Amino acid sequence: MSPEKLTYMANQIAGFFRTRPRQEAIDGVADHISKFWAPRMRAQLFSMIEQGGAGFDPLVLDAAPSIRKVG
Amino acid sequence: MTLIKETDFGTPAATSETMVTLTVDGFDVTVPQGTSVMRASVEAGIKIPKLCATDMVDAFGSCRLCLVEIEGRRGTPASCTTPVEPGMVVRTQTGRLKDLRRGVMELYISDHPLDCLTCAANGDCELQDMAGAVGLRDVRYEAVDTHFRAKNTSGEANPQWMAKDESNPYFTYDPAKCIVCSRCVRACEEVQGTFALTIEGRGFDSRVSAGMHEDFLASECVSCGACVQACPTATLQEKSVIEIGTPDRSVVTTCAYCGVGCSFKAELRGDELVRMVPYKDGKANRGHSCVKGRFAYGYASHKDRILNPMIREKITDPWREVSWEEALSFAATRLRAIQYELGKDAIGVITSSRCTNEETYLVQKLTRAVFGNNNTDTCARVCHSPTGYGLGQTFGTSAGTQDFDSVEQTDVVVVIGANPTDGHPVFASRLKKRLRQGAKLIVVDPRRIDLVKTPHVEAAHHLALRPGTNVAVVTALAHVIVTEGLFDEAFIRERCDQDAFADYAEFVSDEKHSPEAVESLTGVPAQDLREAARLYARGGNGAIYYGLGVTEHSQGSTTVIGIANLAMLTGNIGRPGVGVNPLRGQNNVQGSCDMGSFPHELPGYRHVNGQEVRDIFESMWGVSISDEPGLRIPNMLDAAVDGTFKGLYCQGEDILQSDPDTKHVSAGLAAMDCVIVHDLFLNETANYAHVFLPGSTFLEKDGTFTNAERRINRVRKVMAPRNGYADWEVTQMLANAMGGNWSYTHPSQIMDEIAATTPSFANVSYALLEEKGSVQWPCNDKTPDGSPVMHVDEFVRGKGRFIRTDYIATDEKTGPRFPLLLTTGRILSQYNVGAQTRRTGNVVWHAEDLLEIHPHDAEVRGVKDGDWIKLASRSGETALRTKITDKVSPGVVYTTFHHPTTQANVITTDYSDWATNCPEYKVTAVQVMPSNGPTDWQEKYEEFSTLSRRIEAAE
Repeated sequence: MSPEKLTYMANQIAGFFRTRPRQEAIDGVADHISKFWAPRMRAQLFSMIEQGGAGFDPLVLDAAPSIRKVG
Repeated sequence: MTLIKETDFGTPAATSETMVTLTVDGFDVTVPQGTSVMRASVEAGIKIPKLCATDMVDAFGSCRLCLVEIEGRRGTPASCTTPVEPGMVVRTQTGRLKDLRRGVMELYISDHPLDCLTCAANGDCELQDMAGAVGLRDVRYEAVDTHFRAKNTSGEANPQWMAKDESNPYFTYDPAKCIVCSRCVRACEEVQGTFALTIEGRGFDSRVSAGMHEDFLASECVSCGACVQACPTATLQEKSVIEIGTPDRSVVTTCAYCGVGCSFKAELRGDELVRMVPYKDGKANRGHSCVKGRFAYGYASHKDRILNPMIREKITDPWREVSWEEALSFAATRLRAIQYELGKDAIGVITSSRCTNEETYLVQKLTRAVFGNNNTDTCARVCHSPTGYGLGQTFGTSAGTQDFDSVEQTDVVVVIGANPTDGHPVFASRLKKRLRQGAKLIVVDPRRIDLVKTPHVEAAHHLALRPGTNVAVVTALAHVIVTEGLFDEAFIRERCDQDAFADYAEFVSDEKHSPEAVESLTGVPAQDLREAARLYARGGNGAIYYGLGVTEHSQGSTTVIGIANLAMLTGNIGRPGVGVNPLRGQNNVQGSCDMGSFPHELPGYRHVNGQEVRDIFESMWGVSISDEPGLRIPNMLDAAVDGTFKGLYCQGEDILQSDPDTKHVSAGLAAMDCVIVHDLFLNETANYAHVFLPGSTFLEKDGTFTNAERRINRVRKVMAPRNGYADWEVTQMLANAMGGNWSYTHPSQIMDEIAATTPSFANVSYALLEEKGSVQWPCNDKTPDGSPVMHVDEFVRGKGRFIRTDYIATDEKTGPRFPLLLTTGRILSQYNVGAQTRRTGNVVWHAEDLLEIHPHDAEVRGVKDGDWIKLASRSGETALRTKITDKVSPGVVYTTFHHPTTQANVITTDYSDWATNCPEYKVTAVQVMPSNGPTDWQEKYEEFSTLSRRIEAAE
């Protein structure tokens, strides 16, 4: 998927959880992506974050370590 | 197999719990108070002759044939209009009554053509039956004036005679045979609620008239057929009966159109379908139907149906008809080759919400057990996936909370983003009946849908919001309920999570969520919104019905959560008359979701990462199941464009026409090596397919559909599959071609496997469905009779959970280039992508998709009604013709997506719901400009489809 679209989708999820208390929001984003994103989408997410994570909502970046690893 | 003749009790059932005992011809009978003498007699086994009475409508008392004698009463009252009383002594057959009835029949027959032998209703005519029943042997009257003679004996035209109206594609109206019993007029009013028919004239001049003395097609008639069903003679008669003759056997089955799931008797002669008649015992429809279910079945025998398997190397090749073996081995080899090259996750399936539960279950089993991945999705992705997420998060399960009967006890109905009179017509008729009895209606919709103002129904509030602002409106409703103290504190304390409620109450109380604060955003007057909130919260039983206008937004899941919040706030959950009711699009969209079609969950909405759930299926199937969520439809297409997903088995869904951003879909399909389309017709997706497996219609197989009320209804095989195999057999053959080793011999075995693995279906079996007719899940040891209402004592998840619903504007915004907002929907006579309905007589009502535009927007663009216009968005452009109407507000345009030539989804974007990727069909920024015909793209596409549908005959 195009990097822009993937970033957009991740940020949309962050948008829903944004007004929650910080830890709850982080857990919410991580849990949602772990549950609904296929491994190849998560792999792309991790690789984009490794390359600097430009464009991602800070909430997505904070949630990344708790997102289910691939493989 | 015989023809099922349902008992006509003459008048509707009474609902009183007080029972009354009376005597009819010496027999005691006990019936509820309010029952008519006529109905009580039928209960006692005695049928009183009648013509104007039938139990689908209220008693009318006009034919004077059902007269009885009652001890202690003078005269001979009509039994249909006389309620029973305790100790009443009724006599139905006395000399005096016999003479009176014979006299009445003589008068009727004196103005009726005696062409019984050549009449279409011969053998199925109540007038004929009554003449026999009363012993009519002679007609003493020589009628001077008649309604049935076209000319008098001198050859002069008879002014009383009217020609047969054959304008409707499915039935005729022959005034010469009318006895003016008014059954049709009353059926149109009471059952359908359209009020298209009336009796014009007085006395001898009385005639049934459609609209203002128009033909049926030109009138407001919606062709539901209730009048045809009610007519005791051949006056209103199905054309199919005129052409074929009367049926001699019937099979009870379930309609394959919308999510209402009406029960029908398919009436046949041999294996030729003569007509579909709604089944009175059908609990979803209670004997009613719409134009699609009753009449639009002609596609099943349409010449376009593909009956032989076909394959081709490349999509630019013509199709080649081959044997089933060759087609399946071609498909299996290609799919395995893709997996060998790119890994097991490189292929997947799309299950169909048109097919049965059993078929859907097998398709997801195919990917999980045979392909070895979870790449399964279904068309619910593009319609109600946000319902799954939203209701799952708040209530604990993904389903409507009520049965359709519940509406009869509702006091305030809220319809959000749904158009039931077009999308779910039979439910709409039941809803309108309740509204005519006095229930209040709130409509939240950008368009002035028909329900807002229709004969004898008017919405108390129509909140005509701007497309894309659902969350703001729903949250503002909650704001009013919380800040004005209208919430049900006791319910919340007992049934809901307290911390979540406290958090939510604090959230919605913020002034920024007030109706006044969001008015400029939503376009809904604050006062109107406040009053609507008060009405819903305090107007008695409040029920919310919603549709795709809620789900198909970038915040679809958030709106569903907001709706669930509203129901919990007001305690409108857990009893008849209330609830949250998603109106499902397709016949089996509920079932396809229940059956584990989504890539992250196994049947029964259980996530694939749960070891104990996987254990159940792993031991049953003898395979190991991946614990990783698979790809959703849009993700599959993205992966295809990336080159990591190359094989797709698509059963009964036309993703190219129905899914958004057509160009993206076609790019994804074109990038695949093996697209298998399993369908009735060469649909648009098949233009990109390498294998075509012919499908069977709902008339040709056994199985079950689950409707929007969670009701599991039987689909019964009415005739043998014309393509040779039912769809479940085809999936099994494909699985076995890939080493699946399956051996089902009947769909009931598949249902047994579903019951054995899925707790909410634990007690469901074909034997139980045979016994009960239908059952609503959950159906297990806790609720052996099924569950008409859910969340009665506690929510499925335990405590109901309130969740914050922040409004986040969609990024699809209007601007100088695209100043209008396009929203899409459907129309009564057509269904979804139209693959079926376009191949029936229904095209007379809707031959093309039109763009609805407000007179003001049309005026400034120099566009007139019926002009060709070009509709352009950031994604693409198409051309269609206009319909100028103030049903849409200025700034909003609307179209349907029933015709492939329009390709409305070339316009829609790939924005989607944040939680589920359900596409944002309901909001696209567009521009409209005059045009002189189809766009280049449309013409090229037309050329391409013609080319890709070439079939080489088998050698």
